[in-house]
Amino acid sequence: MSTQKDIEEPSYLDYKGKYRGIFSWILSTDHKRIALLYLFSILAFFATGATLGLLMKFELIAPGKTIMTAQTYNAFFTLHGIIMIFAVVIPGLPAVFGNFLLPIMIGAKDVAFPRLNLLSWYFYVMGVSLVLISQFTGQGPPDTGWTFYAPYSFRTTGNMLPAVFGAFVLGFSSILTGLNFLVTIHRMRAPGMKWLKMPLFPWTLYATGWIQLLATPIIGITLLMIIAEKTLHIGFFDPALGGDPILYQHLFWTYSHPAVYIMILPAMGAISEIISTFSHKTLFGYNFMVASSLAIAFVGYFVWGHHMFTSGMSSTALYAFSLLTFLVAIPSAIKVFNWIATMHKGSIDLQTPFYWAMGFIFVFMIGGFSGLILGSLATNIHLHNTHFVLAHFHFIVFGGTGFAFFGAMHYWYPKMTGKMYDSRWANIGLFLFLTGFIVLYGTMFYLGYKGMPRRYYDYDEIFHTGNIISTMGSWVLYSGLGIIIINLFASLKSGAKAPSNPWGGKTLEWSVPSPPPVENFKEIPVVTKGPYSYK
Amino acid sequence: MYSTTGIEASNYVSTFNTAFYFITGVSLLLLVGLTFTMLYFVFRYNKKKNLVATQIEGNTFLEILWTVIPIILSLVMFYFGWAGWKPTTRPPKDAMNITSVARMWSFLFVYENGKQSPELIVPVNTPIKINLVSMDVIHSLFIPDFRIKADIIPGREKFMWFLPQIEGKYKIFCAEYCGLQHSSMHSTVNVMSQEKFKAWYAESAKVAAVGENAGPGAAGEAIMRAQGCFACHTPDGTKLIGPSYLNLYGTQQVVLREGKEITVTVDPEYIKRSILEPNADITKGFPANLMQSYRSTLSDDDIAKIIEYLKSLNDK
Ligand code: HEC
Ligand code: HEM
Ligand SMILES: [Cu+2]
Ligand SMILES: [Cu+2]
Repeated sequence: MSTQKDIEEPSYLDYKGKYRGIFSWILSTDHKRIALLYLFSILAFFATGATLGLLMKFELIAPGKTIMTAQTYNAFFTLHGIIMIFAVVIPGLPAVFGNFLLPIMIGAKDVAFPRLNLLSWYFYVMGVSLVLISQFTGQGPPDTGWTFYAPYSFRTTGNMLPAVFGAFVLGFSSILTGLNFLVTIHRMRAPGMKWLKMPLFPWTLYATGWIQLLATPIIGITLLMIIAEKTLHIGFFDPALGGDPILYQHLFWTYSHPAVYIMILPAMGAISEIISTFSHKTLFGYNFMVASSLAIAFVGYFVWGHHMFTSGMSSTALYAFSLLTFLVAIPSAIKVFNWIATMHKGSIDLQTPFYWAMGFIFVFMIGGFSGLILGSLATNIHLHNTHFVLAHFHFIVFGGTGFAFFGAMHYWYPKMTGKMYDSRWANIGLFLFLTGFIVLYGTMFYLGYKGMPRRYYDYDEIFHTGNIISTMGSWVLYSGLGIIIINLFASLKSGAKAPSNPWGGKTLEWSVPSPPPVENFKEIPVVTKGPYSYK
Repeated sequence: MYSTTGIEASNYVSTFNTAFYFITGVSLLLLVGLTFTMLYFVFRYNKKKNLVATQIEGNTFLEILWTVIPIILSLVMFYFGWAGWKPTTRPPKDAMNITSVARMWSFLFVYENGKQSPELIVPVNTPIKINLVSMDVIHSLFIPDFRIKADIIPGREKFMWFLPQIEGKYKIFCAEYCGLQHSSMHSTVNVMSQEKFKAWYAESAKVAAVGENAGPGAAGEAIMRAQGCFACHTPDGTKLIGPSYLNLYGTQQVVLREGKEITVTVDPEYIKRSILEPNADITKGFPANLMQSYRSTLSDDDIAKIIEYLKSLNDK
């Protein structure tokens, strides 16, 4: 299948190993095949979560009951949140594009621990299966929200334990991936690839790896504590047993805030690659980009309290957390400035991935600015737990990570599949998606400002118009999404063959054939120049 | 009812607005500025216009500039947020005390003279301090027009305070997810003139008066509305979270007592126990731990009225 005549090695897609058929995939330790395993599982769960989202939005088109009961709605946003957070955006970029590209971008033949890598995919599948099992067993699906706040989570009859345990197993998957990447980056860079010659995407995976390794165990312990409390009645969190519900919130957010950076850092890395490649220009302020990635990972540990401004923490804690929240915004702002500066005096090739990068910058800025509004104490007290927050985090995680994911998809698609896609349909899809996105979530800022709380099945008449508009936005977003995905699948069959470097990129993955051979490099390259050397 | 036309329903509206408009204003300027810069670059340095890119590694002066300016801006933003929030922690000494008792899925407001109301009735221009009590899970008292909210946490002493400045009715929502009927857990703040409030406060009836066509059990029904029993029970046979009251009185019930199934008769004794120690006997087929004791808000006399009401549902 490979396009270069001088290469005889079969691509990773054609390679015949010990196993045949499906087993050649689910027993493969090739980082590229594992990446595709992740890609297809994540796409399937994304489709599930997105369908739940669409149905919830339909329910909200009018006050009162439209298509489902309150019980179903509550179960839907719980499942939607768990799937989207733990099974889609946390593993998203690292597990798919990190797995596929990290070894190639640093000039290695695989990750440091290929079997561990496969194991983490199995943990992933087990974790999600547990979450799905919780839906159909016991006394009804869990209805606590993805945050499992105590003490409600101890009162509900919903089947919470398997879901919590599922999230725990998913955490393990995440830890293993992080560990694997850290060791790979430390030990397996090609000769000559000094730390500061490494492209940005591996750098952000490196920062992410540390968060996965250090923060995820906290949620692991917390979830275990819930399980112990529910089964053995040890009072950690439930006041009825002498526990403290606020302790639960602290533990939960000590992980879940840094987790936001697990989602967004690799996204920023991918966007940096795209912008440099299509501007045909070296990344502006490379050192500052590296430093700001590490700064985000570090400061991100100290702001969890901003999720709890109304819970009655001490005044000192409140303003310390508020101040730190404003500071964590700075490294992100630095990144935006550097991306835009990279375009200055570039020679910009307007291809689909670059449009996604522009879309990313735009929605990410909106998400970030709304984060400032939420980080400020006086405004937080009004906006906390309203649709404003819902809009904010969809702009950051769906707008940020989601746009970067689709951008990365269109950027590395030729490398991964060996095919080109139809860019006209891809652009139409993107246009609809972006429009729908802004209508769907932009309206939620307004609804939240007016006072509509989140996790609301039913609402006051004053919120009706906003909800109608928002729901219509979800339809537009969906048509865009459909076009994008169908186009990518159709191009697998009908797309033209991809050359090894369709976009003129400078990083190492563009020096190997598309799709890459099993061992990536015939000969490990020796790196002498920086990652984006166009000179 | 809900208005954003610059009326300041509470003392927090103006400080909220300062912080909100400042941050939003600066953000919008930056958003528009950066977006247009980006679009301009994309247009101006398109490869059709600019065949060869000029390689620029970076510029330390610029990096410092766009680190320092955002830091200064964000410190100012922080300041406005902090200044607007500071007063929420300091209730005036002469504030009027009201206790808000939250439970699944209703609010009840208890006044210092023992008066109870499902609606928060307050006099205008009087600082109000609300002590927040939850009987079960975490709830959150949210008054959008007043720009204030506070979580209500079981087992913790907390308060919120505000100064209502304009007479009228304003929505209260529960803003922390608390289960099935979370979105129907709402109420209103009724801000009255001082005189009207005094008259209402002095009325002897503990619970607001009942309609004229008050039949037997009407007083009990009013108490139960105020206490929020109907969030979980219905008078018409529909099953919600708890059993319906229809034809409940006098029947035989299978209940779980200490894990064993026994049969009891629904008599005044049993009803009283159900209300004061709901988890002693769990009606078969219904969840335990959901109904919480009403010991602190219902007197024996109230319970007698409730029993009257339950009896009255049998004749239907
Ligand atoms: C949060 C929901 C909830 C609220 C509010 C609530 N209950 Fe209940 N109630 C239940 C549940 C669930 C049961 C059945 C389990 C049990 O026996 O504890 C129950 C049982 C009962 C029973 C026994 C019924 C039987 O069939 O044996 C009575 C009587 C009762 N409640 C009265 C009241 C009264 C009076 C109020 C208001 C003062 C009230 N409840 C408020 C949930 C609630
Ligand atoms: C595909 C389109 C999507 C739609 C239509 C959608 C819609 C919704 C809706 C309607 C809610 C519940 C609102 C409420 O009542 O509080 C919600 C909650 C949520 N969504 Fe999405 N969403 C989408 C995609 C995503 C993505 C990609 C993520 C990734 C992180 C995500 C994460 C969440 C989370 C974490 C919650 C909160 C759940 C909770 O409150 O427990 N959503 N979404
Ligand atoms: Cu956070
Ligand atoms: Cu609630």
